[in-house]
Amino acid sequence: MTEPHDAAVDAPEVATGAPGTARPAAPDRYPETGARDETGDLHGVAREVLTKGDVGVVIGWEEGRRGVRPAFVTAADDVERLVFDTRCVHNLVTYLNPRRAQIAALGRAAVVVKGCDAKAAAGLLREAQLRRDQVVLIGVRCGGVLEVADLDEPAALTPETVSPRCFRCDNREPHLVDYLVGEPQEEPPRPPQTVDERVAALDELPAAERWEFWTEQFSRCVRCYACRQVCPLCVCERCVADKSVPQWIDSASHPRGNLSWNLTRALHLAGRCVECGECERACPSGLPLTLLNRKLAQTVRHRFGYVAGDDPEVPAPVGDYRLDDTEEFIR
Amino acid sequence: MSQGGNGSGGGDFEPRITAFVCNWCTYTGADLAGTSRLHMASNVRIIRLPCTGRIDPLFIVKAFERGADGVIVSGCHPADCHYTAGNYHARRRFALFRELAAFIGIDPGRMTFSWVSASEGAKWRDVVDDTVARVRALGPFDDYRRLVDLPDASGESYATVEGLFGEVAP
Repeated sequence: MTEPHDAAVDAPEVATGAPGTARPAAPDRYPETGARDETGDLHGVAREVLTKGDVGVVIGWEEGRRGVRPAFVTAADDVERLVFDTRCVHNLVTYLNPRRAQIAALGRAAVVVKGCDAKAAAGLLREAQLRRDQVVLIGVRCGGVLEVADLDEPAALTPETVSPRCFRCDNREPHLVDYLVGEPQEEPPRPPQTVDERVAALDELPAAERWEFWTEQFSRCVRCYACRQVCPLCVCERCVADKSVPQWIDSASHPRGNLSWNLTRALHLAGRCVECGECERACPSGLPLTLLNRKLAQTVRHRFGYVAGDDPEVPAPVGDYRLDDTEEFIR
Repeated sequence: MSQGGNGSGGGDFEPRITAFVCNWCTYTGADLAGTSRLHMASNVRIIRLPCTGRIDPLFIVKAFERGADGVIVSGCHPADCHYTAGNYHARRRFALFRELAAFIGIDPGRMTFSWVSASEGAKWRDVVDDTVARVRALGPFDDYRRLVDLPDASGESYATVEGLFGEVAP
């Protein structure tokens, strides 16, 4: 067994409120970037920021041929294309990633963010990958999303269809935004098995069975790096997995390199991952990457008392330290 | 496969241990152990680095990949770091790596983390002897080796262990 964590790890200390009740209004942390507009609707806000002229592109969601897809709206006349509903699973903050020069070429971006997406934006700000004045954040109140985006119609969330990560979300109403749109949302249904329950089930297995489980999972990795490409916080210009002199991570789709890669990906996101679940959604082999992410999030919380939130002023735990960090594993 | 240890455990098995140590404290401490003529197990190969803060957890993964049965990471005690804070950063990093490794089924007993100062030659001997005894009990890291040696698409296996370590003297 790995070290057990208390059950309370699951429950954020930040109260999410009873279903249907909104949290108190968020403080204006960035008044210099524009007034918050609580009354605006998504189309109105998008039109306003595009008309004012200081925003080149609004990144949101639109209807595609199979469900919703990311949309890049550059003209105020096109804002009617934008939608937000339970199919809007994509974390669009990944387009703010400094690796994406083609998006930056469209000009200053306004991005529609759910709570989890806002945490990713906070991550980029925290790590100086983005300046606050480079982006306008349009927050949407979110009551959970589906696991998949490719439905023709918005669907109500059921325990079977809701994304498990949305259970006990602590950020239904993002704080770190310039505009906030939409009505307060109700809590989504509880999935049959939460992410924490899946991690706990693995924790209880003998180590040999965990090894069997993970090596079987990793053996299906095709090393397409979709998990890395979709991740809003995988920001390295040159990834260690792409380096060949020396080659730390074998580049072939072989179990030895797959193990190194998946350990490295998870570890490089420890204390940074906002658990938007995009890596797992993008994975063509269906690896349960969120379990690795959650395990590390539990460890980070347990050991360093840190939860990745949407306040960029709180330093991330890796790259920071305390003199009294526990070291019971060091002799 | 033995439960938890990832290995088979053999009578005349000599563990291969890779030690990643910092230049300023543990390497000097290990040197002191040598010049003091302390007896200790000869299974450890030391890789000297400027600081524990320089040690990427990927080093440990690579050591296992190349056939190590156990790994030691050792550096300056807290407040003693030559670079002020490298060991504090390492402490957080390895706390996370250890937990992640355990979660995917690598026995944490294959990894020793320690603080050994330049004057602690005897402690280095104890760290080495204890680690070798522990890994000897766990057995060779067969699970990892099997995984590494699976033939690739061209049917070739990865040449691993002997080239790096040679034979370990009993």
